[in-house]
Amino acid sequence: MCTSTLEHPHAHTPATTDDAPLSYADPAQQPRELERTVEAGDHFIGLVRAGQHLRITDLHGNQAADTLFFSADDTAERYSAMDTVREQGKVYLTTGTVLYSTRGRALLTITGDTCGRHDTLGGACSSESNTVRYDLEKRHMHSCRDNWMLAIARYPKYDLTKRDIGHNINFFMNVPVTADGGLSFEDGLSAPGKYVEMVAERDVYVLLSNCPQLNNPCNGYDPTPVAIRISDSPLS
Amino acid sequence: MNIPLDAATTARASFTAKYQTHLPGGHHWSMRMPRGSALKLTAREANANVGLVMYNPLDLLERLNLPDTLKGQHTFRLTEGHCLYSDMGRIFASIIQDDLGWHDSASGNLMEQHFAAKGWHKKAYQQAFNDFTPSGHDSLLIEMAKYGLSERDLCANLNLFSRVRADEDANLHYVADHCAAGDSVTLRFEMDTLVMLHTCPHPLDPAEEYPLRGVDMTFGTATPMDEHDACYLSRPENARAYANNQLYHLAG
Repeated sequence: MCTSTLEHPHAHTPATTDDAPLSYADPAQQPRELERTVEAGDHFIGLVRAGQHLRITDLHGNQAADTLFFSADDTAERYSAMDTVREQGKVYLTTGTVLYSTRGRALLTITGDTCGRHDTLGGACSSESNTVRYDLEKRHMHSCRDNWMLAIARYPKYDLTKRDIGHNINFFMNVPVTADGGLSFEDGLSAPGKYVEMVAERDVYVLLSNCPQLNNPCNGYDPTPVAIRISDSPLS
Repeated sequence: MNIPLDAATTARASFTAKYQTHLPGGHHWSMRMPRGSALKLTAREANANVGLVMYNPLDLLERLNLPDTLKGQHTFRLTEGHCLYSDMGRIFASIIQDDLGWHDSASGNLMEQHFAAKGWHKKAYQQAFNDFTPSGHDSLLIEMAKYGLSERDLCANLNLFSRVRADEDANLHYVADHCAAGDSVTLRFEMDTLVMLHTCPHPLDPAEEYPLRGVDMTFGTATPMDEHDACYLSRPENARAYANNQLYHLAG
């Protein structure tokens, strides 16, 4: 079970100051500065322009923010877990990690990380994989891949289909690899207010599912909101 | 941890060989493997590597999903007793025999941009004929294009015969001399599966020059998975994934 209950002085739910949508139907219409709360079980799709900073904050701790990135000028090029893991020679992601694309090019670089551990092997939950991992009769439960499917169906201007859904990052999730080749799902290292921040090396779309998983003890069966902030200035 | 298997009640699957061929190093191929068939790959040279992806020929959007494969079986290495999952909660294939104990699931493909950093000299067909040196990435794109698939459909690939371990700090290390000539691995297909594979080197292979290392391929028919099968019993997740295959095949 996850036990992190530390209060962080900066833990707060940032208010959305206007009636602006969570995600914009046309990425070109998205304002440069954006701050949003993504409730558990919801998705965010948006544009981070080259040189801009993206911060994802785990507001209440022990969340998994299941995130995909795409090159905005050609969405056939997307985040690649394999290329990222191999090129940095390390399984985990943290400050300094370059997130590579399927063409071996840099999409973003992590510039700030108060969590220190983000999973890139475990992928995202789906109703289909939940039948395998937990119980055949769990197939009706909400899942991250459902979030992504709804996002790509709702926002056709981002030019994404199921074909483009690849291997994602689970920000704030702790999935250690052992020397003998084991893989385990451990208590989260995250806590309220922990964040990861990155700078975009080119225009990228970000597609995030705030994990709605009710089967995994990692979030204490209590999925909570995360915050997204996109800014021209470094936030760290 | 895998559930310890009771040798008295579990059965290692077998298969009957029907056809044999060879895939030289630095080449690629694809084949539709029917449900119930098996494919045995045998390294002809030491330190072979086979990059492999899988698709459902009836629904090309259903693909090999390595994240689901790894987390479903709580493993970073793939070997005998493991199953290879699709993104739809089903099993494409089970690993019914393995001499190596570890196949890499995390390192992806050799790409063109690796050649210079490795000091490898790229050989074009004009100079080297069939000993030219393609990338694994391009090799898969060629096979995919034959079925109307493109870069957008590329999924994370397995690297059979190769071992990449992680140390305590999760730094990756390519393990040299993992594969001896003659080592083999056998896949049994639990549903119709489009298999695309290449014999380009592993992207972390430290060889001084691009190595050409091929595999012998034996095609055959396998004993079907049942409740005594070692792959079925190795994880409760595999039994549930197999139940999803049964549901998928209800319509015939």
